[in-house]
Amino acid sequence: MDLNTESLIPLGADGRPMAEGTWHIPSMLLKSPGLLALGEQLGALVDEGRPVVVLTPDLSYSNGLWAFRESHPDRYLQLGVSEQNSVSVAAGLATTGLQPYVTGFASFLALLCCEQIRTDLAYTQQPVRLVGHHSGITFGFYGTSHHATEDIAIMRSIANMTVVAPADHVAMGALMRAYADHPLPVYFRMGRGREPLVYQPGDERIQPGKAIVHSLGDDLTIIATGTSVHPSLVAAEELRGAGYSVGVIDMHTIKPLDVAAIRAAAERSRGLMTVEEHNVYGGLGGAVAETLTDHGIGVPLLRHGIRDEYALIGPPTHLYRHYRLDGPGVAEEARAFLTSGRITSDAR
Amino acid sequence: MPASEGAPLTTSSELVERIRERAQFVRLETVRLISIAKTGHYSSTFSCAEILATLYYGVLRLRRGDPAWADRDRFVMGKGHAAVGLYPILADHGFFDPELLDGYTRLGNPLGDHPDMTKVPGCDFSSGSLGHNLSVGLGMALGARMTGRDFDVYALLGDGELHEGQIWEAAAAAGHYGVGNLVAIVDRNGYCLDGKVDDIIAIEPLADRWRAFGWEVEEVDGHDVPALLDTLLRIRDREIAKPTAVIAHTVKGKGVGFMERDFGWHLGWLAEQDEAAVVRELKDEKWI
Repeated sequence: MDLNTESLIPLGADGRPMAEGTWHIPSMLLKSPGLLALGEQLGALVDEGRPVVVLTPDLSYSNGLWAFRESHPDRYLQLGVSEQNSVSVAAGLATTGLQPYVTGFASFLALLCCEQIRTDLAYTQQPVRLVGHHSGITFGFYGTSHHATEDIAIMRSIANMTVVAPADHVAMGALMRAYADHPLPVYFRMGRGREPLVYQPGDERIQPGKAIVHSLGDDLTIIATGTSVHPSLVAAEELRGAGYSVGVIDMHTIKPLDVAAIRAAAERSRGLMTVEEHNVYGGLGGAVAETLTDHGIGVPLLRHGIRDEYALIGPPTHLYRHYRLDGPGVAEEARAFLTSGRITSDAR
Repeated sequence: MPASEGAPLTTSSELVERIRERAQFVRLETVRLISIAKTGHYSSTFSCAEILATLYYGVLRLRRGDPAWADRDRFVMGKGHAAVGLYPILADHGFFDPELLDGYTRLGNPLGDHPDMTKVPGCDFSSGSLGHNLSVGLGMALGARMTGRDFDVYALLGDGELHEGQIWEAAAAAGHYGVGNLVAIVDRNGYCLDGKVDDIIAIEPLADRWRAFGWEVEEVDGHDVPALLDTLLRIRDREIAKPTAVIAHTVKGKGVGFMERDFGWHLGWLAEQDEAAVVRELKDEKWI
């Protein structure tokens, strides 16, 4: 798609582009390739002949739908600052054979609209896709109102719901396409679109409901989801340099969970660790713990994430550092776990 | 054209009589089904019996026995607690076996206190959580536009339901987009659970509210079948680029004197002797 991204650049009093680094809402998109990609990927679904309609509650610049609006104005529905209305309207649209996507900040989409999602989409079995972007604590000092560290727990407790947290926008595109004709609702969890790429387009390991096993470790396997996959890969590399055998699994589909991948890791590794930008209760860590218990597997598990608290004020990268959700932080947590005595046999 | 493909009705007075008779059928079936469940929403259903009967026997474009017909007019019930009055009508249209009514609310039966579209053929959308279904109806109406279909969507709302904020999100969007194939019918029976709607949180001036959101407004006596039929057909057959709100002035518990006088009958159950008296009063029909 040939988009005129120049139109996003702010112009100063003299009508000329402003100093490099100056930014406003539209031009912010140029710094968020993952969000621009979302708009383009949705456009591609329409171009492939799907009856896709995309709804936004006044966030077309904040989530890249600008690109979709430019290319497919007839499939774009602006509903203003009314997330709950948007979800229920999507339900009505779906009954007429359309494939609606509702986009919004994860905090408002998953938390504010929880009941509309349960009652109007999941209970009624409507094939509506929810795209919750800016999930976790990626909004930094915007504060807890804009954070979503509960959304995985909420969404995975809703029957009929599929929950997917891709590691980057390549995985997002592949999984959106994979679930495009799924007959039930799907919740996609995204970051802010600035995550480093983990995958290259065309990577055939990205399959719905199937974890991507980057490696298994004798000492530890890290099971991560969404924005925590890249830091976990960085951490594993660091730990390997220190002599540990550490693996990483990308559990992009949290519901349904790839139980076989968890069992394989539990058989191979002396310890497991989950990493997620989410409360340690109810999310990926909870799902893995449930699975281990269900199968009578007694491998030690460290659930790493936000520990049932509201994040401090701070820039996103500083918060990731503080909560040990960046690469070095995940490595620190893993190392502490490996040397804690919880992993009894032969931790080096 | 008349909704049902039963005996063809040659005059509008015959149609009016049929609708009146079906409204009484709705009330009597409501009493019968609630006696099975041992709990139910009598008076909320009685207030909208003529509205339901007028829609299903005089206004909606439906095909008997074909609940999934893609071009049918849609009906969504914001006030889902009146579903007990809708089920007998849906069965009467051949959408499901009327014998299912006999097992209303019993284990595994598709018919519960609030309607479930995945279980009840002819139920266009599930409800029970107030405030959702005007948005859902708006989505259906916009979907008709986007898919090139020519059907209308009718949303029955309780007046207490208008306290819900989401109603006004949907109202604003429908007005903004000029969704002419969307009709909201407000069952203005004046009461919600705790008493008079306007004593709890005032919703007047109601007509002005809808107009301010970009809607056409019609007001009608919700028990006057000729007036209801005339109003709804006029709305159906006109082409305007605005949604329409019909404020149907009704009486909560209409048809049973003691229920009309006591808002507590929003929910309840009648033991055998009291039920028999209510049935006698309904069959007497002197109030019509």
